[in-house]
Amino acid sequence: MPILEATHLEKHFGATRVLNDISLSLEQGQALSIIGSSGSGKTTLLRCLNFLERPDGGTIAVKGEIIFDAADPSTQLERDIRKKRLHFGMVFQSFNLFPQYTALENVTLAGKLLAKEQPDFSQKKREIYARIEESGRELLARMGLADRAGHYPHQLSGGQQQRVAIARALALRPDILCFDEPTSALDPELTGEVLKVIRALAEERTTMIIVTHEMGFARDVSDQLIFMDGGVIVEQGDPHQVIENPQHERTKQFLRNYQQ
Amino acid sequence: MAAILSRLSVAFLTNNVRLFALTLIFSLPLGLLLSFGSMSRFKPLAWLVKTVVWVIRGTPLMLQILIIYFGPGLMHMAFGWPRGSGGRVVAATVAFAINYACYFSEIYRGGIQGVPRGQQEAGQVLGMTRSQIFFRVTLLQMVKRIVPPMSNEIITLVKDTALANYISVMEIIMTAKEYTSAGLIWPLFFTGIYFLLFVGILTLLFGWVERKLDYFR
Repeated sequence: MPILEATHLEKHFGATRVLNDISLSLEQGQALSIIGSSGSGKTTLLRCLNFLERPDGGTIAVKGEIIFDAADPSTQLERDIRKKRLHFGMVFQSFNLFPQYTALENVTLAGKLLAKEQPDFSQKKREIYARIEESGRELLARMGLADRAGHYPHQLSGGQQQRVAIARALALRPDILCFDEPTSALDPELTGEVLKVIRALAEERTTMIIVTHEMGFARDVSDQLIFMDGGVIVEQGDPHQVIENPQHERTKQFLRNYQQ
Repeated sequence: MAAILSRLSVAFLTNNVRLFALTLIFSLPLGLLLSFGSMSRFKPLAWLVKTVVWVIRGTPLMLQILIIYFGPGLMHMAFGWPRGSGGRVVAATVAFAINYACYFSEIYRGGIQGVPRGQQEAGQVLGMTRSQIFFRVTLLQMVKRIVPPMSNEIITLVKDTALANYISVMEIIMTAKEYTSAGLIWPLFFTGIYFLLFVGILTLLFGWVERKLDYFR
């Protein structure tokens, strides 16, 4: 059973159709990359999965459970959406770290707030917080930022900020980790350190969806590749196949322009 | 002279400073509620709040003080202000609180909308509730943004408290003016010193707040 299955997703902004009949499925431990030019709908697709946008049509199922069905309002209740979002982690193009919190606080804040909803929170507050902080420190260490836990975002480079953002997304142990052009806002010399971290996550079989312009990276780390254009999936399949031997004229054209 | 100074001090502390403090206590939270109202997705509420803000910011505070104080009696309302100077102070506080809440609401709105949308989205994808996002993420960033415009407005409030003398609240300028009939001008000059000192303290306070919030960007 796929960990994620989206069927016939539609999204309109006014009269503009941004997503048109998008279906995809992802197995546990796989990485899916989505490529395509700006405005092709790839970011909107990611935002629909995270409920930052609400699809106008289609269904989304995680681990076999339908968590969104455009035709069924009972799957769209505001109070449930907050919990459903936790299936997904999200890493934004512009990091969106909270500037008033240190790197460690950024990683642990949401976990501490969620812990308050546990029934035994008041008795075990100390233990729970200690555990959250410990795992936050471990995550930062995995990102190579053990010595930056006490730094505020403005004291970190772009690449370091994005790695804190990845740690923050991992802290809630999402089923699927989503990246929205994670290196597009970085200086070229800083993209490497972020890609390296994502590569390591792929090697650990983290289930991921990566929207990216880094074609070589997408080819190397992902198990599946989607090329989108004009709100539709033009081509999908094995990353080497799609990039080295594209079938559709639009894909060929995109890759040709990219290589130049 | 000592007698005059002590009278001025009492007038300043019991009327100007008290009106200043009471106005802030009521208008700071009320302004936040109004700013939420003006940003509400429920359009009739947003329009209602925007109209109120337009009327209050578009008419003189002096007029508002007079209407709020004299209105209930002259329009034969069942409600009336308490008699005597206490009632005048209450009426002045109400007028000031409403007026300043409207100005503050616009400053708050600017501050909240100035926080990048990505901050809210980051909170959302981390499973935070709307109120958690506001109190844990947006609020402090908003406060940092609004310190300079708020300090302007609050300094204006210090001086506006003198307007309460239109409904015979014995504030410091009104008290000093009584001595002009005795041929004394210096009490009026002295009132200026009280205002300057008070605003000086506030300026230091705002500078301190700004430095306190300097640890993040």
